[in-house]
Amino acid sequence: MTARHRTPKPQLPSRPAVPAAAPSRLRTVWRAVALALLAVALLPAAHGQQLEASGALRVLGFGLPDEIATERVALFEESYPDVDLQLTEGSIDQQQLLTAIASGNPPDVVYLNRADLSTYATRGAVQPLGQCLQDAGMDMGQFREAAVQEVTVDGEVYGVPDFYTVIVLVLNTAALEEAGVPVDEFSTSDWEQLAQWNQALTRNEDGLTRIGFDPKLPEFFPLWVRANGGQLLSDDGRTALLDSPEAVEALEFAAGLHEPAGGRAPFMAFRDTWDFFGAGNQMASDQLAAFPIEQWYVNVLSDVSPDAPIAVKAFTDRQGDPLTYATGSAWAIPTGAANPEAACAFVTTMSSPEAWERAGRARAQLRAEAGGTYTGTYTGNSVADEVIFGELVQPSGDAKFDDAVQVILSVQDAAFSIPANPAGAEFRQAWTDAVNRVLNGEQSAQEALDQAQQEAQAALDAAWEE
Amino acid sequence: MGGVGRATSIDAAGRRRGDGAPRGGGLRRAEARAAWLFIAPWVIGFVVFTAGPMIASLYLSFTEYDVLRPPKPVGLDNYAQLLQDPRLRVSLWNSFFYTALFVPLATLVALCLALLLDRVHRAAGFFRTVFYLPSLTPTVAVGALFLWILNPNVGLINRGLALVGIDGPAWTTDPTWIKPGLVLMSLWSLGGTVVIYYAALRGVPVTLYEAARIEGASAWQEFRHVTLPLISGAIFFTLIVNTIAALQIFDEVYTMYFGQMESGAASNAALFYVIYLFRQAFEFLHMGYASAMAWLLFVLIMLLTAIQLRLSRRWVYYEGR
Repeated sequence: MTARHRTPKPQLPSRPAVPAAAPSRLRTVWRAVALALLAVALLPAAHGQQLEASGALRVLGFGLPDEIATERVALFEESYPDVDLQLTEGSIDQQQLLTAIASGNPPDVVYLNRADLSTYATRGAVQPLGQCLQDAGMDMGQFREAAVQEVTVDGEVYGVPDFYTVIVLVLNTAALEEAGVPVDEFSTSDWEQLAQWNQALTRNEDGLTRIGFDPKLPEFFPLWVRANGGQLLSDDGRTALLDSPEAVEALEFAAGLHEPAGGRAPFMAFRDTWDFFGAGNQMASDQLAAFPIEQWYVNVLSDVSPDAPIAVKAFTDRQGDPLTYATGSAWAIPTGAANPEAACAFVTTMSSPEAWERAGRARAQLRAEAGGTYTGTYTGNSVADEVIFGELVQPSGDAKFDDAVQVILSVQDAAFSIPANPAGAEFRQAWTDAVNRVLNGEQSAQEALDQAQQEAQAALDAAWEE
Repeated sequence: MGGVGRATSIDAAGRRRGDGAPRGGGLRRAEARAAWLFIAPWVIGFVVFTAGPMIASLYLSFTEYDVLRPPKPVGLDNYAQLLQDPRLRVSLWNSFFYTALFVPLATLVALCLALLLDRVHRAAGFFRTVFYLPSLTPTVAVGALFLWILNPNVGLINRGLALVGIDGPAWTTDPTWIKPGLVLMSLWSLGGTVVIYYAALRGVPVTLYEAARIEGASAWQEFRHVTLPLISGAIFFTLIVNTIAALQIFDEVYTMYFGQMESGAASNAALFYVIYLFRQAFEFLHMGYASAMAWLLFVLIMLLTAIQLRLSRRWVYYEGR
């Protein structure tokens, strides 16, 4: 195992990327200067221009659960005092959105999963944002590539990325040490080795009491396929690639990781008992040795079980390179929005580095007042991330969480996403069902993915044809 | 009832005025207007919120409609697709299997509980409340609750079975046991059926039991030849209503198995017809196809109800007919 795969040493948060080896002080200074210059160069475009906006603005799918939301909204309201912002709080309700559009009374802005955006974009239900971005002076180059890919259909941008979620490996170091598995060497690159570690880490004598490695199927199936050199969908979003040899092999391997636990049924039954968000979570209670998980879960662990013996590492492909699967949310403006000017002002303000910085400062202050540490907010805006992780995030003093922040930052640009396509939900359903059929022992990986390929391609063909 | 009221009014009016016919006609019109006024909220509600959407969905079932764009007529394509859709067959099988398991069991359990209630005189009110309370629990909460109760490792049911030496099945993760687990969950909300049976039992004339006892009938014979025939109308009603409800189960199952992708391991075993219909309509945006699915379910329920009505002639007894 090479040094770059090891859990990085604690670093100052102003260094956003994990270097191959510990850099010299001089190199660090130059890097900081270069990043600062880059940020400054992008700032005018990132901050955008003040737009003419007034009147009522109806936003669907966005709530105000915390300071990350309220501070950004406050910035908008201060910047556009003539706009009467009306938020329909709560996560997006597809029925609500569809009926609003069908009745000719769509909201002005909708906040939704990026994976669902192209379904609306290809049907003309949301507007292309080219003119809006141009008017606001917003450069899409400041957003992370994987996020931009999800909001771009046929070369047109239909959404502005908001949060950015990536996947990392979380390890239970106590379990690894007990089983004699070296924490520094643990990775997902060598599948044969991973299967052996999984066996060694699983405790299943008088019933299952610890899962060795949870591959998180079916939801992370795209990650396993990518790690094996394949992908589920062509880059243009038109051709399903579910029955490729890479996908079949990935499914066979990842599904096989359930075997030491006795198969999928006991595996899931045990997993359902975990106190996932509580102090007695599966890492703190030694019920799980390792798993890939979205990066926000590290924040959960730091809040509810700061003393749990964990380490965070990058998920790696079979060549040993860091790899992650990016998902997240986006802002879009429905076709027929009554106040597109204010909508444009809102989506560009909410996703601007200024807004994220203000939100980050507020959270950092609140955490400091509560005696805690701000571990950062992961946005789709790389310029905002530079500010958040360069200025606002301070070392917590707990090496494992400081290291985790650096690992998460290091994989941001090693991300891929499912290309935009008009059959998002049906495509997802096809491969999810295929994975479940294999896990339930109903079909072999080849049979399941052959069937999924037909279903997914039929859905894509029909959707593109419409 | 209306007829009785009308005759009485006419008689009364006639006696007062001495010429009943023309005045009675006016009164009939006035009564008819009043009747329409009283039922107008229901009629308007039915036309606007039920019949209207039903007619609209019938039209949409002959179109390709994604909600976001105007519907395009496609003739019988959606209905032809119904015949070829393997997931539809799975969902239909799941729904009928669940219904076939749930309805008889629900009838039996509710009848037993009602008979027990009928025997408990002093605390009957308390137990009626206890039996009915679960019916007031929100269905989403029931789904979340039963994910825990049915959990194979730590769930109450398997812990109870373990006490008598039975290694309980994986109710929530083994596709074979998912539907039986859901039937157990549905029995939680039997309060409504219990109350209907209890009311029916209270309506059986005591004199019939006394006569049966004088004739030397055993307890079973009393139940079989007195109780059952006299509450058969209530049983028939709940059979119809519970069958329709079972074929349309949605909330609890969606909460348990479809709210999160992680729980999708059970997706095929728990893919009930209405869940599949909902996904086609609101997740896959095939509103035209979903409308055809809705009409297929409507026709199937009508057929099933017609069969039940036909069969009811053999065993349902209506007092006074």
